[in-house]
Amino acid sequence: MLHTVNKSPFEKDSLNTCFRLARPGSDVLLIEDAVYAALAGSCFEPAMSEALARYSVFVLKADLEARGIDSGDLISGVRAVDYSGFVDLAVKNDTVQSWL
Amino acid sequence: MSLEYKGRTLETDKDGFLQDMSEWSPEIAEHMAALDDLALGEDHWEVINYIREYYEDYRIAPAVRILIKVMGRRLGRDKGGSRYLYRLFPHGPAKQACRYAGLPKPTGCV
Amino acid sequence: MGDGKKILFINRRGPYGTIYAQEALEVALVGAVFDQKISLAFIDDGVFLLRPGQSTVGLQMKQFTAAYRALGDFEIHRVYVERESLQVRGMKEENLMEIVTGPDGGTRNLVKVVSSVELMDVIHSQDVLLND
Repeated sequence: MLHTVNKSPFEKDSLNTCFRLARPGSDVLLIEDAVYAALAGSCFEPAMSEALARYSVFVLKADLEARGIDSGDLISGVRAVDYSGFVDLAVKNDTVQSWL
Repeated sequence: MSLEYKGRTLETDKDGFLQDMSEWSPEIAEHMAALDDLALGEDHWEVINYIREYYEDYRIAPAVRILIKVMGRRLGRDKGGSRYLYRLFPHGPAKQACRYAGLPKPTGCV
Repeated sequence: MGDGKKILFINRRGPYGTIYAQEALEVALVGAVFDQKISLAFIDDGVFLLRPGQSTVGLQMKQFTAAYRALGDFEIHRVYVERESLQVRGMKEENLMEIVTGPDGGTRNLVKVVSSVELMDVIHSQDVLLND
């Protein structure tokens, strides 16, 4: 299953809820303000590192660029994808759960 | 509202500002000015180009007081004064010049 | 000039995810044109507004945060960023855009990183508080 999250982890619990309820092996795609969760050095990094052991975590490139985040600013293991990568993830997974 | 130019219809807001900035060209500016019975000279273009540059940098069209201040800084006092700018653009320098420049209505302009 | 109110705009959300910060900025600039004494505070996710290097080409949205760099032109000279909000988000002072006063007022950087305690004083000295 593909799980998408679009809320900042510093504002809302959506990403924690996703990490609590997504089955290991799932794909997790961070879009919009959720991309801040992938920023290295934040207080959210331990939770993200732990999640990376269970999930493939992706971030949408356009949302990173809009927010001034380079690939070098990301927690290692998080992968940036463009819009066509987003489509590939959606096609590869039968179901998409959006944590709003 | 809209503006007819060389067989094309350009969408504008109710005050004649272009809806789509990317449709702008210097010829459209000349055309808009001609409709106001104004011929654009070098001095007008200096202001229009400056406003377009300002928008490029800051993504805002400066309100008249801001325009007067930043133009004065850039072009010297004699060119930045409000009298000078009002003489060039009698309908109000920020509004009129921004409209010719293809930008949105100035921020802080009510 | 003297009867403007002291108004603090409190920005607590990042850019582009919602429209609130953009609208707050527009209101602040209008307020400044009408001689109000405007200050801006960046707290919580609001600190992300001032991250440099933003490019919204991919999102096809207006990069409205460029206008923060024009605050000096609008005589808005008080810009506060809460240090605690930066730390929690892995942001450092050098991860903030510089806003300079412009040639008239020198080239001082207007962005001031302050502690919660300092910001408390700023908040409590205002006539009006506006939130995004």
